[in-house]
Amino acid sequence: MFRRILTLLIALGSALPATAALNVFATVPEWAALVREIGGNKVSVFTATTALQDPHRIEARPSLLAQARRAQLVIATGADLEVGWLPVVLRDSGNAEIQRGRPGYFEAARWVTLIDIPAVLDRTQGDVHAAGNPHIQLDPRNLFRIGEALAARLGELDPPNAAAYVAGYQAFAVKWRNAIARWEKEATPLRGVPVLVHHQSFRYLGQWLGLKETGTLEPKPGVEPSGKHLSSLLATQQNTPARMVLRTAYQNAGPSEWMAQKAGIPAVMLPFTVGGTPEAGDLFGLFDDTIRRLLKGLN
Amino acid sequence: MVSKPLAATALVVAAFGAHAADDSDLAAIRAQIAEMKQAYEQRIAALESRLAAAEAASRNTAAPATAAPSSTPGIATAPLATAAPAEPAPVPTNRVQTAASAFNPEISLILQGQYAQMKNVPDRTITGFWPAGGHDHEGGKGISTRGFSLNHTELVFSGGIDPYWRGQAILAVQDESVEVEEAWFQSLAIGHGIGLKGGRFRSGIGYLNEQHPHQWDFANAPLMYTALFGQEASFRDDGLQLKWLAPTPMFLEFGTEVGRGANFPGTDTNKNGAGAWAAYAHVGDDLGISNSWRAGLSYLRTQSGDREAEFVDVNGLAAQGLFSGNTSTWIADFVWKWAPDGNPKYRNFKFQSEYFVRKDKGNLTCQDEEGVGNACANPVTASYDTRQSGWYAQGVYQFTPEWRAGLRYDQLDSGTQNLGANAANLAVDNYRPQRWTGMVDYSWSEFSRVRLQYAQDKSMAGLTDNQWIVQYIMSLGAHGAHKF
Repeated sequence: MFRRILTLLIALGSALPATAALNVFATVPEWAALVREIGGNKVSVFTATTALQDPHRIEARPSLLAQARRAQLVIATGADLEVGWLPVVLRDSGNAEIQRGRPGYFEAARWVTLIDIPAVLDRTQGDVHAAGNPHIQLDPRNLFRIGEALAARLGELDPPNAAAYVAGYQAFAVKWRNAIARWEKEATPLRGVPVLVHHQSFRYLGQWLGLKETGTLEPKPGVEPSGKHLSSLLATQQNTPARMVLRTAYQNAGPSEWMAQKAGIPAVMLPFTVGGTPEAGDLFGLFDDTIRRLLKGLN
Repeated sequence: MVSKPLAATALVVAAFGAHAADDSDLAAIRAQIAEMKQAYEQRIAALESRLAAAEAASRNTAAPATAAPSSTPGIATAPLATAAPAEPAPVPTNRVQTAASAFNPEISLILQGQYAQMKNVPDRTITGFWPAGGHDHEGGKGISTRGFSLNHTELVFSGGIDPYWRGQAILAVQDESVEVEEAWFQSLAIGHGIGLKGGRFRSGIGYLNEQHPHQWDFANAPLMYTALFGQEASFRDDGLQLKWLAPTPMFLEFGTEVGRGANFPGTDTNKNGAGAWAAYAHVGDDLGISNSWRAGLSYLRTQSGDREAEFVDVNGLAAQGLFSGNTSTWIADFVWKWAPDGNPKYRNFKFQSEYFVRKDKGNLTCQDEEGVGNACANPVTASYDTRQSGWYAQGVYQFTPEWRAGLRYDQLDSGTQNLGANAANLAVDNYRPQRWTGMVDYSWSEFSRVRLQYAQDKSMAGLTDNQWIVQYIMSLGAHGAHKF
């Protein structure tokens, strides 16, 4: 009886028609946008989070389990960004193909050089990420290596379309290289500009554009800004004046608005990922809008 | 940056200063100055960017192959490998780990303790309900403990066993013993939506049943769970669990379990085959971006052989009751969570409610074990048939990243209890236990929380107990991932 039920369940599971397009489960919007650039209509993409959600604080909602169950490829950032929910989603999905170590699990952070790898792992230093800072998408140069590896992975999972994925990546890379050259030119005035940040969300962006972080509104990573810490930051503003305060679309506006008002500098909300602002509709829009907002903050 | 153009301006001014300047000369000078200023600024910017690049390059020396400056990447210099590429070596870290310790499982330690102020009731029971034993912490006093105490010190070990299995063990460390709370393996590679778990685990029935006390939103469990499963407030079993997640856009999960069934409401029957089995179905989805929900229906069937409890006979004397038979428990559960834009970090609300019906069917033997001369001096065995129910509902609102407040209402109904011929010997209470609970908690981070809770507890007939609890929950080690 037991075996008969099992057989029936398996038969049910495999009998349901697989959709023509490759089912992709992207943890965050930037990887959804990237896989759409590469895969076009050959991929059907589900995005687990939006730009208005802190990807670290998501719960393993039933809808995420249902989507992971049907996914052929999970694209995650890794570096512990999704550690609070993705392991549960993967485990309870009953989907063998997307488990860690399988071709159906792709971790973007493995393809780039992470920065801010802590020398000492100690939670008294806040919610530190052992692998390094996971907000890798804001250095557009990282997307070459990630995109190239992703195209190869898509081809491995969907061999008939392998050439299309390669072509998709190559077309994207050409456009992307031109766009980067344009952004770097536009962003020249941002070189060396000192900024305050809410959380260390912009380390890769800063590294790319040459922004100088003079302080973080959070006293420790993941710890909410306190009045005491903000006051001490305001004091350091006298000696090392920052030109603006940066935050992401999902972070509370309060602390950066407070600092902006007290220090007489603009608070700049950056889209952080695709969908963070109406203008950041895709990867190109993300950086167009980021640089536009930063330049506006300078004036 | 400012001083160089200034110096240049001074030079220019000095050089031209001797002449009486007319308008055209002035314009020319201005243009020249502007040109020089621009040239200098460009050169300084170029120098700064070179410096930044050099700094970045020196940082990246640990993994030179992965550095990707904007001038080199792309199709021309990095041809795309069409064959499946090997995963690159993980980015090296500067921490030294020996090969052996690198495979250590994830370990976390939960520290939990409280201060409780309430009436002195040595053995708390719920009036009208079978006094479930359950496992007792703190030297057998459990939920009756007043003053300062440790609730729970839990050690959690988990990790991948091999590509096919994952394992987890949760040990509850107490003063003189270590209890194996959970110890199970779980399948990773069956696929088709199937999940298989084996060992000792918290059953997937209901909503709260799988959650450990440190995940609860209140300092104690709903009365319903205490009535159903004793002080541990969870049905735990040694056995097998098989779950299947349907390949549908809506979350639809079915599960079934078989096990030893040694824990209340069952007893350890030490026989071949299974002493308990369970089945459940869960359904859930999102409603828009801000709302998500899950609902479930569960059934648990357990067997008892001489399940013991203290009764009171018709004359108020202690009597022992032994139940042998089957217990069927139905649980319906519902959870709804709301967060603005689906971002629970700053504000969120959680509502949960569960309802149960439990039926005992079998025989009850009444006896006078202690020789107090009660009505069952000669043991009497008669049919025993009950139908009892209860529910709770609670809401917890997180209004800042640190603060949450919650309210819970519990109500049980002792329902019908048919004792057959023993109705002439034993007295059972008809009662509706009730409790209101309010709590406020503060979290410094995801890893530490302190809670103040007040409850007006009417779970024992004739007693209104105002209970105050201050509780802390701290977790160290691996970052846990929690279920919905």
